[in-house]
Amino acid sequence: MSQTETEIHAPSTTQAPKTHELKPEPSQLGFMRPDHSKSVIMDWLTTVDHKKIGIMYGAIALFFLLVGGVEALIIRTQLAIPENDLISAQRYNQLFTMHGTTMIFLAIMPLNAAFFNFLVPLQIGARDVAFPRINSFSLWAFVAGAIVINFGWVLQALQVMGLFEASGPTAGMTDLAPAMGWFGYAPLTGTNFTGAGTDFWIMGLQILGIASLSAAMNFVVTIVNMRAPGMKMMRMPVFTWMTLVVSLLIVFAFPAITIALGQLMFDRCFGTNFFVVAGGGQPILWQHLFWIFGHPEVYILVLPAMGIISEILPVFSKKPLFGYSIVVFSGAVIGFLGFAVWSHHMFTTGLGKVATAAFSLLTMAIAVPTGVKIFNWIGTLWGGRVRFSAPMIFSLGFVWMFMMGGFSGIMHSSAPADAQQQDSYFVIAHFHYVAIGGIFLAVVAGIYFWLPKMIGKMWKGNLSTWVAIFSTVGLNVTFFPMHFLGLLGMPRRTHTYLEGFGWETYNLVCTIGAYILAFGIFLLVVDIIRCFRKGEPAGNDPWDARTLEWATSSPPKVYNFAKTPIIPARDALWEDKYGPENRKVTYEDDHGHGIHMPSQSWMPFIAALGFIPVGLGMSLMQAGVPYMGYVAIFGLLVLGFGIALWAIEGPGGYHMHPEVDAA
Amino acid sequence: MSETELQGDGHSSLVINNKKLLMWLFLGSDCMFFGTLISTHLIYRKLYPESYDPLLVFDLELTSFSTFILLMSSFLMALAVSAMHKGELKSFRRNTIGVIFFGLIFLACQVYEFAHFTNEGLTLSTNTFGSTFYMMTGTHGVHVAIGVFWLICLYFYSYTGKMDAHESAVDVEVAGLYWHFVDIVWIIIFTAVYLIEYIPGLH
Repeated sequence: MSQTETEIHAPSTTQAPKTHELKPEPSQLGFMRPDHSKSVIMDWLTTVDHKKIGIMYGAIALFFLLVGGVEALIIRTQLAIPENDLISAQRYNQLFTMHGTTMIFLAIMPLNAAFFNFLVPLQIGARDVAFPRINSFSLWAFVAGAIVINFGWVLQALQVMGLFEASGPTAGMTDLAPAMGWFGYAPLTGTNFTGAGTDFWIMGLQILGIASLSAAMNFVVTIVNMRAPGMKMMRMPVFTWMTLVVSLLIVFAFPAITIALGQLMFDRCFGTNFFVVAGGGQPILWQHLFWIFGHPEVYILVLPAMGIISEILPVFSKKPLFGYSIVVFSGAVIGFLGFAVWSHHMFTTGLGKVATAAFSLLTMAIAVPTGVKIFNWIGTLWGGRVRFSAPMIFSLGFVWMFMMGGFSGIMHSSAPADAQQQDSYFVIAHFHYVAIGGIFLAVVAGIYFWLPKMIGKMWKGNLSTWVAIFSTVGLNVTFFPMHFLGLLGMPRRTHTYLEGFGWETYNLVCTIGAYILAFGIFLLVVDIIRCFRKGEPAGNDPWDARTLEWATSSPPKVYNFAKTPIIPARDALWEDKYGPENRKVTYEDDHGHGIHMPSQSWMPFIAALGFIPVGLGMSLMQAGVPYMGYVAIFGLLVLGFGIALWAIEGPGGYHMHPEVDAA
Repeated sequence: MSETELQGDGHSSLVINNKKLLMWLFLGSDCMFFGTLISTHLIYRKLYPESYDPLLVFDLELTSFSTFILLMSSFLMALAVSAMHKGELKSFRRNTIGVIFFGLIFLACQVYEFAHFTNEGLTLSTNTFGSTFYMMTGTHGVHVAIGVFWLICLYFYSYTGKMDAHESAVDVEVAGLYWHFVDIVWIIIFTAVYLIEYIPGLH
């Protein structure tokens, strides 16, 4: 036992858990630990509770979803009519670059992380994740990366307001926001083409990668090692399974982008020749490294969505998931094959016939497990008692819309067809059907499903129907015409177009659709705020659900389960409610040992904070701003200092002895 | 008691310890890091066989010596882990100091090598060979340096009286896993980057 533990035994006569009797203890460093703080801000900054971390991930991600959405709206407004001059070509490049980067790394991935964090420990019957302080570090490193990557916008805003000028020591600061596309193709990222924005982008992505990697490793350990007794692998909820697959994808896919970004940074800062054509570098290398990461990334984004759908459909069909094991297996196969198809993003680069044919074939093969999943979802609905509650409406929308994105995806797998569609609006139509029609709808379904569990309040009214109508109609009106635009030859990433190609009407329709979609998202935000402010208490299990997270109170207590559950079967809660006697969830006797709680800590927050000076310092150093190398070194010292104190302070922890509640 | 064991609360479904599993995952990820670096090097080497003759600067005797030193440090690391498992602190310290010392010799060789190569005119920006070589071996060197620093921390920690066979053996074993991995990566780099250049008629 560490010396810092406190043993507080609540008298057995009192009803409520005596959490307020706990006092902070000094850590091995001698400082007081930030436990049981009265200050809300301090409590949230130092929290190691997976539920609070999940909620913070979700809130920040929703903010960036709105930021990315505004960027998209400006893009669409610019394209509404031919030869529009709302924004300059350079500003347009910055907008589509940051729109893609923001949506992928700052909106969808953290939204998925929000669900991972909040749900996985609850679904497997664990107290918390395996490494609570690393979890906190992942969150704050993500925030640091988001700040660095968006710093160009801040500077640009200051510039517009006349508060910042690129002169004197900052004379090298040109192109403040990144403007080379979210996949940053070489040689466009070279110093002779782009300026400071690219450096912010490189450093920001690098930091986000560290955040994702540490979170992913944490979740693999959690899922493999922290399951409650009886929670065998094939009894885990599908969402937890998909979290495991996605975490493994992150562990093995992110190194490629980390190294590629490192090489790019060396090219820009230290004059290496990895992607510099004049020095013998091959820009195609960047494409390979980027897509070796980039294609698994696509499944990193979409597999959690599939997990969410596989949770929701059975609940609202009152049937177990059809073909549980084959759905799990398909998810794993999709993840595995995801590593073997990266070159289908590069069919037009001249890989040679054999390589192109092989990647074409493997890409088609991915349609098989995906199709299996779709059929299993339909099989789940078949003969079920379907309830059209809000989560179900969005899930059904997902199945349909995602399938449409899949159909155009299959068209791309054929290399000759892809050669025609490459870099046209057809591609944009495809991946937005997958991203918005698929991932976004699934995430919204997940929000409608799990928010009552997260905040303990039930949705009020049926605004969700209007959210569903506006977002689905909006997304179809926006992106369906883009198929035609693409086939008519409209290229991606052009800030305007001339009259007379037959693109005018389609573009106008797309823009109108974008505003309809935006209104749908606005209604979603209104609905979430209304749920927070006016929602009635949700109760533990408002949807008559199947998995273990619904056995906890809403919102779950800080310790999740007063006693460790023993899992007798898949769909543990459903079996407990309606199953035979031998399938009831039982609870382990803790022999008065209580629940061990990890202590909160400032150190992950401080360590992650060090990333901000590292990222900004490196970027500004490249732009020639004096003394910035020292700022970067200072950041590294903060990072190292934070990690050192983190190690020395010791994990600490205390015990709670709650009365056994309904759980 | 360590954080992970407390967190585990006896639920562990696999026999493997949380920290050890985390390290294995990190090493899996690290394989991809080095895989990317080494393949970048080999690709550029194959594309531009004539651009640079590394035999002008390579010193096989020195690199073989530092490779041997790193291998032997892995042996000492294994002894240190075994000593910790038995709770023999003195033996643990003796072997750990050996690992640290050998690691520092390896780093010194690398610093000498880098300085020598730079004097011979091969820098990061000379050509693609310089870029890939320095970045790859440099990343490995950073790994070794971190490992040395980690072991120094463990060494001094052993004097606080908080280390015992029951609790700390896993911590030492995790450091050992890392150290062995860094060693194995060097064996691969030594083969694929240094030795391969000595095959007659390769270029």
